[in-house]
Amino acid sequence: MSAAPTMDRAQRLAYNQPTWLDTVAAWLLALLWILPLAYAVWTAFHPTEYSTRFTLLAPLTLDNFSRAWEAAPFARYFLNTALLVAMILAVQLVLATLAAYAFARYEFRGKNVAFALVLVQLMIMPDILLVENYKTMSQLGLVDTLVAIGLPYFASAFAIFLLRQTFLGIPKELDEAARVEGATAMQTLWRVYVPLARPVYTAFALVSVSFHWNNFLWPLIVTNSVKARPLTVGLQVFSSVDQGVDWSIITAATLMTSAPLLIGFLLFQRQFVQSFMRAGIK
Amino acid sequence: MSARAAGHQSHASIHAWLLLLPALVLLVAFTHWPAVSTFVDSFYSTPKGSRAAVWVGLENYRAMNDDPVFWKAVRNNLWFAGATIPLSIGLALVMALWVNERIAGRAFLRMAYFTPTVLPMIAVANIWLFFYTPQYGLLEQVTGALGLPSHNWFGDQSTALACITLVAVWKEAGFFMIFYVAALQTLNPSLREAAAIEGASRWYFFRRVQWPLLMPTTLFVLVNAVINGFRMVDHVFVLTRGGPDNASTLLLYHLYEVGFKFWDTAYASAITVVLVVVLASVALFQFFVLDKRVHYK
Amino acid sequence: MQRKYFNRFLLAAGAAAAMGWPSAQAQTTEISFFYPVAVGGPIAKAIDGFATDFMKANPGIKVNPIYAGTYQETIVKALTAHKSGTPPVTSVLLSTDMFTLIDEDAIVPIDNFVKTADDKAWLGSFYKAFMMNSQTGGKTWGVPFQRSTVVMYYNKEAFKEAGLDANKPPATWAEMKDAAAKLTKKDASGKVTQWGVQIPSSGFPYWLFQTLTTGNDAILMNDAGTQVKFDDPKVIEALQYWVDLGKAGVHPPGVVEWGTTPKDFFEKKVAMMFTTTGNLTNVKANAKFDFGVAMIPGNKRKGSPTGGGNFYIFKKSTPAQQEAAFKFIKWITQPERAAEWSMDTGYVAVSEKAYGTDALRKYGRDFPPALVARDQLPVSVAEFSTHDNQRVTKALNDGLQAALTGTKSPAQAMKDAQAEADRILRAYK
Repeated sequence: MSAAPTMDRAQRLAYNQPTWLDTVAAWLLALLWILPLAYAVWTAFHPTEYSTRFTLLAPLTLDNFSRAWEAAPFARYFLNTALLVAMILAVQLVLATLAAYAFARYEFRGKNVAFALVLVQLMIMPDILLVENYKTMSQLGLVDTLVAIGLPYFASAFAIFLLRQTFLGIPKELDEAARVEGATAMQTLWRVYVPLARPVYTAFALVSVSFHWNNFLWPLIVTNSVKARPLTVGLQVFSSVDQGVDWSIITAATLMTSAPLLIGFLLFQRQFVQSFMRAGIK
Repeated sequence: MSARAAGHQSHASIHAWLLLLPALVLLVAFTHWPAVSTFVDSFYSTPKGSRAAVWVGLENYRAMNDDPVFWKAVRNNLWFAGATIPLSIGLALVMALWVNERIAGRAFLRMAYFTPTVLPMIAVANIWLFFYTPQYGLLEQVTGALGLPSHNWFGDQSTALACITLVAVWKEAGFFMIFYVAALQTLNPSLREAAAIEGASRWYFFRRVQWPLLMPTTLFVLVNAVINGFRMVDHVFVLTRGGPDNASTLLLYHLYEVGFKFWDTAYASAITVVLVVVLASVALFQFFVLDKRVHYK
Repeated sequence: MQRKYFNRFLLAAGAAAAMGWPSAQAQTTEISFFYPVAVGGPIAKAIDGFATDFMKANPGIKVNPIYAGTYQETIVKALTAHKSGTPPVTSVLLSTDMFTLIDEDAIVPIDNFVKTADDKAWLGSFYKAFMMNSQTGGKTWGVPFQRSTVVMYYNKEAFKEAGLDANKPPATWAEMKDAAAKLTKKDASGKVTQWGVQIPSSGFPYWLFQTLTTGNDAILMNDAGTQVKFDDPKVIEALQYWVDLGKAGVHPPGVVEWGTTPKDFFEKKVAMMFTTTGNLTNVKANAKFDFGVAMIPGNKRKGSPTGGGNFYIFKKSTPAQQEAAFKFIKWITQPERAAEWSMDTGYVAVSEKAYGTDALRKYGRDFPPALVARDQLPVSVAEFSTHDNQRVTKALNDGLQAALTGTKSPAQAMKDAQAEADRILRAYK
């Protein structure tokens, strides 16, 4: 009936582990998923005529990288993107923490209305409100600045929603204990809530960074010059030209621009997943 | 309620509002206010040059009702969302179940599944263009080796939308996987031990233990997937531009065309309003209905 | 209301700041200049170089070149900025955007600045074919800068293999169809390995379609941009010819991607391709075989549409800025600069005088294909453009793609497109 008595704990923990069939399927899917990246690596390191032909003996070259590097000030774009992503994330986290705390631990008039207002932003994409937001930016004199790219995203309904859920899950007793010890609301927030919600912060950071690193339309509209332009807009130089696609240079530029995120993920993937752990995401 | 308690209450109220203030100000300035003025604009004509906007009532909505491309975009978008949401979530779940276990090459698999997330869509779409290119594209090299006939994937009305959908699923699944992996790792190992003792099948264990416990994560992922189902259009710009003959046009792409190619901002406002109403009601539905049913510990 | 006060506050602050520093800066006129990059390579550097040279020669003017993306992105940026109050002073945009810019009241006529005899001679020096898209209602609204036309590139080696004369490319529709049939190669299983001819139909099919309608002696729109003739039997016949190429199995089926067409040519998957002259440098660098460039084959006559970008001057800038922009435009379109730009990019130089420069004469001698586009200019026509241009164009594009993918007959597709265009243009009559 039961197989249990014959198993030790390790065996029980390994119960229903993937079979060889799973392994094959998982690998097939992985190969499929990594194909665009593999193609990018192949094409970027080979001369143009090998961009559609895959022979083992094709000569290697770094030419595509130097052509791509030449065509745009990528160093500056990197700096802009890094600053932008860091700025947005920092502001988002601070504002969302405060707001989520208010929603999770205070009873006040208009709470439901305020929360509904926040939730609505979850669905209304700033991309849609391009024209109106551009007007606001030019009235504020912010066009062509990193702040202008970030402003519409500073208050993130998504972050507020996530943190509120997490804060709600934190036992009230912890809160009360801190209060009894004489901590103010802000001290409680900082000492009790923020540390307990750390996985959520990491998870949200991942979402935010990958979104803003790759965001395209709004930065394109609101920036004018090299001093504020992020990588994606710089990347656009290579695609959709009259001459048609030059895959060699596009892939070289793609690799250059996504290398930091890729390497970052490779190095920190364990930490990432760990911080998603312990019921972080709700 | 004593006067003191009421005083405490209003004090707390002020405190709460102060905490909310910075976020709310920004939300109002860059979401609600522009949304409201878009709504107002949708009842006026498009100002052109020296001709100012005039009140036209429901004219823009009537035009929308008569616009075959709009309805085509609606149908396409429902199809697109209807396919990407379950496919990307389903694949994400399967991927997560795999890499959560001790499977050969786990680190590589995790990395492979995740790569689409870090590659910018604008660039990656061009790579997909190569995959789908007739005659020498990668897909064609494979099907050609298998002796299958050549096919013009993006140039055929019956396949263009499906190809676009596939790119979106590829882009999203790995991202959602991360959340499932995290959730799976939080599940108590003793659950699995119990399953082993009971001799429960894998499917049974998944259906009765893992899946219900993953419910909050699924809801979270679902919210994201729904938003993306209506937001992902970067690849349409590169791959098909909505063609052939609107076969792969999506709502946001149509909106972009009306607003920024035709410069019919009033009509674009009307489309925006419809899109916003639909998405906002999805959001509220998720909040008021699903939120009540999915319990957070 | 509050916004207004806020604006006033900003204005006041700005004025105070300006008065606080009555420095030498007051004499410098700064002009912002949006430009698209439509061809690969370090174009941004070439433009920056031009701007620097110009500023050296004109110390009172500061040119601020802003790379704004593709043509479509550039006009989005320019018009969005126009609507919110701070457009560029000058911008290179598609010549077909003229009506849109006029309707938005965004630009001023170039004639406003043409005062001296020298100015007039300069304005008269551009090729007529390029001016067709730059003038309407008796006024000049744009100055040709990076202009192109469609030409036919063909693989000479493929011609030899098929027993065709590599120095005598097809000149008529019938010849082209015959040649295409001979050039189409199939493998043992009957799968086509090389198509005879390829006319791309994604993105802007109307432009390539004009190579056929012009050859069939049909003009798609009137000069005022208020009337189109899609249901003209000659137009339908042209579309029928395109569709028949596919049916005859000498042209790839369905909608053909513009972006991959040059690569298809390099990969010898197609023996003859229609594409922009702007591709010449690209083809020269990447075709690993002997290739030729020919004028577009015609039926009743020869011809091709022009394309590409013009300079425009925006209305919402100061008279001093507009004058400075005019000076810059005139400077950058002088023969030597036009010749240099043409050699850098592969685009057609905009005036006869540019082809008279030593540099371009030598270039043409060493590389005769570079002159085909120029030779085609006398028979070239204006690129399709009307009021509410993008919307009317989309009606045509949709019709073309419907016919090419076989969901509508050419006659039906053009009739539907005509009805839609009539509906849109009613407001402009």
